[in-house]
Order: sequence, then C-alpha cells, then structure tokens
Amino acid sequence: MGKSLSEIIISQHCQRDVKAGEIVLTPVDVCLLQDGTAPLAIRQLEKLGLKKLANPSRTVFFLDHAAPSPRRELSNDHKFIRDFVAQTGAQFSDIGGGISHQVINEYYVNPGDILIGADSHTCTGGALCAFSTGMGSSDVAVAMGLGKTWLRVPESFKIVVRGEFPLGVYAKDLILHFIGKIGADGATYKALEFCGETVENMTMSQRLTLSNMAVEAGAKVGLIAADKTTQKFLKEMGRGNKYREIKPEKDAVYERSIEIDVSRLEPQISFPHTVDNTRPLSQAQGVKIQQVFLGTCTNARLEDLKIFYEIVKGKKKNSSTRVIVTPASRKVYLDAMKSGYIQAFMEFGAEVLPSGCGPCVGVHGGVGADEDNILSTMNRNFRGRMGNPESNIYLASPAVCAATAIKGEIADPREFLTVKKGSSAKSSKKSSKQKKKK
Amino acid sequence: MTPKGSAWKFGDNISTDLIAPGRYFHLRSNLPEMAKHVMEDADPSFASKVNKGDFIVGGSNFGLGSSREHAPTIIKLAGVSAVLAKSFARIFYRNSINVGLPVLICDTDKIQTGDELEIDLVKGIILDRIRNLKLTFAPLPKVMINILNDGGLVAHIQKHGDFKLS
Repeated sequence: MGKSLSEIIISQHCQRDVKAGEIVLTPVDVCLLQDGTAPLAIRQLEKLGLKKLANPSRTVFFLDHAAPSPRRELSNDHKFIRDFVAQTGAQFSDIGGGISHQVINEYYVNPGDILIGADSHTCTGGALCAFSTGMGSSDVAVAMGLGKTWLRVPESFKIVVRGEFPLGVYAKDLILHFIGKIGADGATYKALEFCGETVENMTMSQRLTLSNMAVEAGAKVGLIAADKTTQKFLKEMGRGNKYREIKPEKDAVYERSIEIDVSRLEPQISFPHTVDNTRPLSQAQGVKIQQVFLGTCTNARLEDLKIFYEIVKGKKKNSSTRVIVTPASRKVYLDAMKSGYIQAFMEFGAEVLPSGCGPCVGVHGGVGADEDNILSTMNRNFRGRMGNPESNIYLASPAVCAATAIKGEIADPREFLTVKKGSSAKSSKKSSKQKKKK
Repeated sequence: MTPKGSAWKFGDNISTDLIAPGRYFHLRSNLPEMAKHVMEDADPSFASKVNKGDFIVGGSNFGLGSSREHAPTIIKLAGVSAVLAKSFARIFYRNSINVGLPVLICDTDKIQTGDELEIDLVKGIILDRIRNLKLTFAPLPKVMINILNDGGLVAHIQKHGDFKLS
C-alpha cells in the first residue's frame, strides 16, 4: 500500500515507514508563535528549565494579533517576546511585518517540512506541501525546546477538484462550498489532500486560501502536492533550491474521496455563526452590510487585493458601508502600493490598516456595533469573533466583498466583471498587461 | 479520581471565541482575571454560577476554532473538573490534556443543566444521579493518559525529560 502526503512527510522525519493511526515522535523543522500565544509558550519553556532553543534559525515569533499594540498589557507582552527573542536568537517579525501565516510561507517553510504553530491557521503551510498544523502554547514550547513533538499520523481525505472556475468564482468559494458540504467537524483529526486539475492550475495564492481553511472542517492539515507552481513560488521568494517534488504514491490509501466540479459553482457566502452555514450567493443577495473587511491570512495577498481593486477602482464605496483593508504582509503592502491598489482603495473610501490580524481576532481595528452585519474575507464567522457577540459576520471572496462595498448589501461581483481568462476573472485589458509584466 | 458536581449544558459548536472571547485578548498574561469571563459569550452568567468540581457538557465539535490554550486553561481555573462532549475539535482536545483538564467523549444528549454527575476516570464511567444514567466514555491514547496523569504536558516533560508514548 502506498503513502499519502502525510505518511510520506512523517515517514521521512521518523526514518521509517509510518501508517495512518500510528502515534509517533517526530522532529519538528519550523515553530511559529504569535503575540497571543507566545507569552504563555515562553513561560512554559521557562518552567521546563530549557534555556536554549533546539533550532533558533527556524523558530519564528510574530507580532501580528495586536499590531501595533492598542493596550498597555499587550505592549508589555510584546516587550516580553522581544526580550526572549534577543536572548535566544529566535527569528522575529515585528509589528507591521505581517500575518504569521503569510510571512512564514514567504520566507521559512519548504516542501516536506513539519511546521508546528501556536495558531490554528498554521495549516496554511500545507499549500507548500509542508505538514503544517496548529497546536497550543505548551506543545509549541516543547517543540521549540526539544525540537520534536508527538503526532497521531492522520487518515487522509482526498478532495479531487475538477473544472474551470466560472467568472467571479475563486478558491475561496470552493473552500466555503466544501466546508458547507462536509461540515465544520466533517474532517476532524483528518488530513485533507487537495488535488485534481483545478488545484494543479491554481496559483500559490489560491492554494494558500484552500489550505488555510482546512481547520474550519476540523482537519489537522490541508496538503497540496509540491509541483512546478510550488517551485515557481519558492524561486520568486529566493529559495528555489529548497524545492523538491512531493506527490502521493499511486496506491495511497484514503479514508474518503470527495469529488467537486467547480465549473458550475456560484460565489458562496457563509452565514453567521458557523463557517459551514454556507449558501450560494443567489440566496444571500440583499443582506444589508455595514462593514466590509478585506484582509486576513485567508484572502489578503496581492492577488486578492487585485481582484478587489479591479472591481472598485474609480468608484466610490456605499455611504452606509465602512470598508477596511489589511494587506497580509509588508511585502504585499509594498507591492500593492507599487501597483496603485492602495491609492485606489483610499480613493474608493476604504481605510487601509497595517498588516496584521487585529480586526479578525476582535482585538482592535474594526469591531462592529450591536446588530451590525459584517462581510469579510476571513476564515471564521464565530459569534464574537470580531470583538462583539452582538454583530453578525458573513464570509465571502474578495470579489463579493468588493461588489458589496459598492452596493451596501451582499452583491454579485459578476455584474462588475466582463472578461474571463482562466480561473482568474479580469475586468479590463490593462489587468492582462499587468499580469504579463510579472 | 472520581470528581462530583453539577452539569452545565451547552449546545454544538462551542468555539474558543465563546469560551475565551477575543475582546479579553489583553488578559492572556493574566489568566485568573480572564477566567472571570470564561464561557461569557455562550452564557454571560456562567462564571458567576459555576462551582468548583462542576462539569461543562457540550454537544458535538466542542472547542472548535483557535489554538488558544487559554480556553481550556480558564475552564480549569474556573474550577471545572472535566468537559464532556459528543466530539471535540482537535486542538482544543489536545490542549485540554496538556493543561490537565479531562475531556471525555460520550453521548451527552440526555444530560441536562443541573444534573448531578459523578465520574470515575479510571473505570471510564459517568453516572448521572438525577436521570439514573450510566454512560461510558472513549479511552484516551496512552500518551494522553500519561500526560493527564502527570498533571499536564509541562509536568510530564519535567518528569520524563521527553514524551512517554507507551
């Protein structure tokens, strides 16, 4: 019997053949911590009496959840983290550097790695074919101190995606549709493997959106085979030498195989208060929206900002809707400035905030009022997620968010899109030129 | 260990945002203070009503969402002796064991708020004295039993210097 991607990666680390269901001790390549989980992890490490990090060059601390700090307590947490980084030689991304899951994949994660992060969306790294999963502060403390963790090798679900995305439909719609279908606990403890022609044709940005939301179906990881797209991304990020092809063995065993054809998929909306409460856009149009949020580790890469830009450029936002944008990282922010997106967003009437997680985790920068409806590109819409349990969060793609920001109610982006090319919709010839230039 | 106490019943999909709301993010380095807000967005009066030894009883997918270990930690700090649910989200389950909070998978449909429960963690039995129910719960993997018996992950590593899988 052949191996799934999870079995391949964990077997390589354990230097023996492992099978789904086994509990193993495995070396950990990369550790991720953020300002919400790092202080507790550091205190746990101190309790363990471990003064040195197993691998400081690949233990990375991010200040992204409260960046810049809105409160004295959090400023002191930041100082505590900075001091620890200075003592141990760990890697550090300060406020404004960006969201951990974006930056870690830009600069640190390689195919075949095992990445343990004290943040549930660590699963984003699955897009680079890294076994990448979220754990709590204590587990990550032990992993950064001892350089290892224990894992139950997960059973895998194979998600085969076929067809070309219709105009105005994206990876975000696919993953919302999938979670709506399988349920918020439909893949608990399992590994997802996304494959099929549609996934093979996706850009890395879209793949990161897919893997990012694996945890919203309860999954441990959301893996995608490492292929030429992975290689191209690594080259662009200056580490093409870290590429290696990884694909599941032909006779790999899957607990379930699920086929999805996207060629007739509509844009999707997740209604409050669970991600799996998904409906097609046609059943959501007309819901009044007081705030639109384009951001987060799910959908705030350059490609996402471009989709939003193509729809809103030269227009004015609806007067009864606030619009907030947070680029995913400093790199994305700079690239968006160079491309003219940031200026266009501000002329549209949006507020562009520093790169970070603030609004999505209810810390600062976009808390809704009681009974506000918020449409967001986030991955989660749990009650209270954005800081107020009395507001409602709807989830959608950047395109639906853009159309909605114009109309003031959940709206169809296809109305604003005319030219279709591949899986990415364009609204003008100019955008095709920009693509060629890259 | 045979903890006894009252049941507090919640529904399906109790997220870590309901257990440990993000608006108290600034209290993450002050967990006793944060514990005053435990479960606040699922039941605002829970923290003031719960007694030491009581149980939280959920439906399916308890603890879904973020990896914040603060969620099971403040449940434990509030005096809750175990969480019972039909199923748990993966990270919450692992975090609970790591902080020494027993999390038990069993059929919770018939248990109601106010029921008097008694749990034998060794024999794997839950007794509901009000409804005359006897429930069993799924056993934990050995590594998790070891961590729980040692009082959590930090104590476990302090004791063995490594993970003890068997």
